[in-house]
Amino acid sequence: MNNKVNFTIDDKECTSTSDKYIVEAARENGVYIPTLCNYDGVKPAGSCRVCTVKVNKRYLTACTTPIAEGMEIEVNTTDLQDFRNAVVELLFTEGNHFCPACEKSGNCELQALAYKFQIMAPRFPFQFNERYIDASNPKIYHDHNRCILCKRCIRVVKDDKGKSVFAFENRARQIRINFDSKLGEVLTDELAEKAMEVCPVGSILVKGKGFKDPIGTRKFDHTPIDKIVIPEKQNI
Amino acid sequence: MPKKITIEPVTRVEGHGKVTIHMDDSNQVVQSRLHIVEFRGFERFIQGRPYWEAPVLVQRLCGICPVSHHLAAAKAMDEIVGAGTGDGLTPTGEKMRRLMHYGQIFQSHALHFFHLASPDMLFGIEADPNIRNIIGVALEHQDLAVQGVMMRKFGQEVIQATAGKKIHGTGAIPGGMNKSLTPEERDSFLLGKDPLNVDKMIEWSLGALDFFKSYHSQNRELVDNFANFPSSHLSLVRKDGAMDLYHGVLRAVDAEGKKILHDVDYQKYYEYIGEEVRSWSYMKFPFLKEYGKEKGWYRVGPLARMNTADFIPTPLAQKEHEIFRAYTNGKPNGMSMHMHWARLIEILHSAEMMKELLYDPDITGDQLVTKGNKQYEGVGLIEAPRGTLFHHYRINEDDQIDMANLIVSTTNNNTPMNLAVESVAKDYMNGHAVISEGMMNAVEVAIRAYDPCLSCATHALGKMPLEIKILDKSGNILDKKRSS
Repeated sequence: MNNKVNFTIDDKECTSTSDKYIVEAARENGVYIPTLCNYDGVKPAGSCRVCTVKVNKRYLTACTTPIAEGMEIEVNTTDLQDFRNAVVELLFTEGNHFCPACEKSGNCELQALAYKFQIMAPRFPFQFNERYIDASNPKIYHDHNRCILCKRCIRVVKDDKGKSVFAFENRARQIRINFDSKLGEVLTDELAEKAMEVCPVGSILVKGKGFKDPIGTRKFDHTPIDKIVIPEKQNI
Repeated sequence: MPKKITIEPVTRVEGHGKVTIHMDDSNQVVQSRLHIVEFRGFERFIQGRPYWEAPVLVQRLCGICPVSHHLAAAKAMDEIVGAGTGDGLTPTGEKMRRLMHYGQIFQSHALHFFHLASPDMLFGIEADPNIRNIIGVALEHQDLAVQGVMMRKFGQEVIQATAGKKIHGTGAIPGGMNKSLTPEERDSFLLGKDPLNVDKMIEWSLGALDFFKSYHSQNRELVDNFANFPSSHLSLVRKDGAMDLYHGVLRAVDAEGKKILHDVDYQKYYEYIGEEVRSWSYMKFPFLKEYGKEKGWYRVGPLARMNTADFIPTPLAQKEHEIFRAYTNGKPNGMSMHMHWARLIEILHSAEMMKELLYDPDITGDQLVTKGNKQYEGVGLIEAPRGTLFHHYRINEDDQIDMANLIVSTTNNNTPMNLAVESVAKDYMNGHAVISEGMMNAVEVAIRAYDPCLSCATHALGKMPLEIKILDKSGNILDKKRSS
């Protein structure tokens, strides 16, 4: 049974129901908590840590923590904002992100978060990690330079038997997402489109699609990411 | 005592370069060179990238004329997606690209004439450098400065409406365009509030031509004799011989006007044009293979286009073209300073072309892209503001670029610019023991006439300007001047 719960976000009284995660409960109450790996309708993974908040003084990921009665949640404190900025900056320095020529530019959630956080340059040194590009699939162009290992593709892109097309391989610094070559061979156009859509960055692209969206019509051209999640009129 | 003069950096050009001039014991110029001292490597790091990314990625070579690289790469990619070039696109696709291109030519030429070149004309080559600059123009010749700024603005607005952004847009995609004009956008250029409408741009273009003609009549000796030397000229022309800055066949004429490259299909440009590397510059030296490395060099750009085209297909520019050609009795014009004249005729032509395209109903059409059978190689050529621009790509089975070769407009003018430097260095410096700032500026004026984009030409990083060094016989630096 979904019970009504009372909690506070940055000292503001809020209410929701117990079937929600913190990030959803906050959204219901007009509070935007940034996310990157989270994807509506899919079991959360908590892999990017961008949604980190403090609950009763403890750091927790808002996308994986169910809301509960009496929670005192901190979202927009200086240290948490700095922490989130640092996570996004680390993603930029770990991968090889070159927004000017990326076709996902304007539709990219990582880029949109960087704009939202007003990140001009990362505080950490660029790693220039050598990543490879897998262009062997006839439908998908998979650029590992841009992958942030969010697991969205693993969780969402599945064949008709429910088997994931994408999976992790290797461990630690060598970890990367690859796709099942057999499933990849029979990837439908719909699944390829789905894979590109769920990828928050420009790592998974449908071949030949390119720059079809004119500048000015892309998702974040005129609307910042937080205003898409919570339109202005609902924001507190 | 023998000496070497170094001008570093060269100013009011795009990119970074330097000039060295060697003088002997009797103060005679024995050797001069324009060195391009930077390296970028676009042709290498684009390898592995998907072909559809090329038009957006390679335009980052330049912030002044990115549209030229954007369109040349897109034209090469048209071949790769099987759309062919030129008339292979939908009418809306091709006309939108043309509109973008003429907007680009218009703004780039306005930038060069008003911001970079006009200070030398208004104040004189040897004037005080503190006033011989765009700020000086703004203070002393306000109307001209405002026209320069507003003409650039108009061109940039056209680029924004077609490419999505004023600089580094994404409008051209393999096989066509990703947008057409809305009626509101079209009307804003046709009926925009003064001065931002196309009729005012035509009027101001004619005014700029009058300004040059008046300067010419008062400084005939300088304008006609400064860095004047015969050469071959190369450009694209339309199949019927008309000037066409977007698409056509390759034509070259010699100093007498005889065709030496006979309107050939540019897809096989490498059969006609070679590139030589010299140890002292990162900029290559292209040449017509048939005539060899020594004699096969040629000029490109506005002057060359005036010399290769039989006519200009817009009425006002055609009238000016006739006057221009009559000045040398129909023979090719080799006067470097006439490059400014030619550039202004092209500004007028671009404004007329924009008007024609804006009145064309196809410009608001919705058929934007054509595709055909995939190819593995494509060449795209375009007449960029500074001259013929070559983009050549090969892709692999997985749609990744595995070869790219770019011959940038300024690169084509490498030998002519070196000859212009030598000519002016001799005229201004021979017999002088002391080299003044004005003499060195004269060398820069010669380079500036070509409106070189040194960053594009080497695909290079770094600051723009250029320096001049004076060396003795043994190569020791005796004097060095750096403009800022």
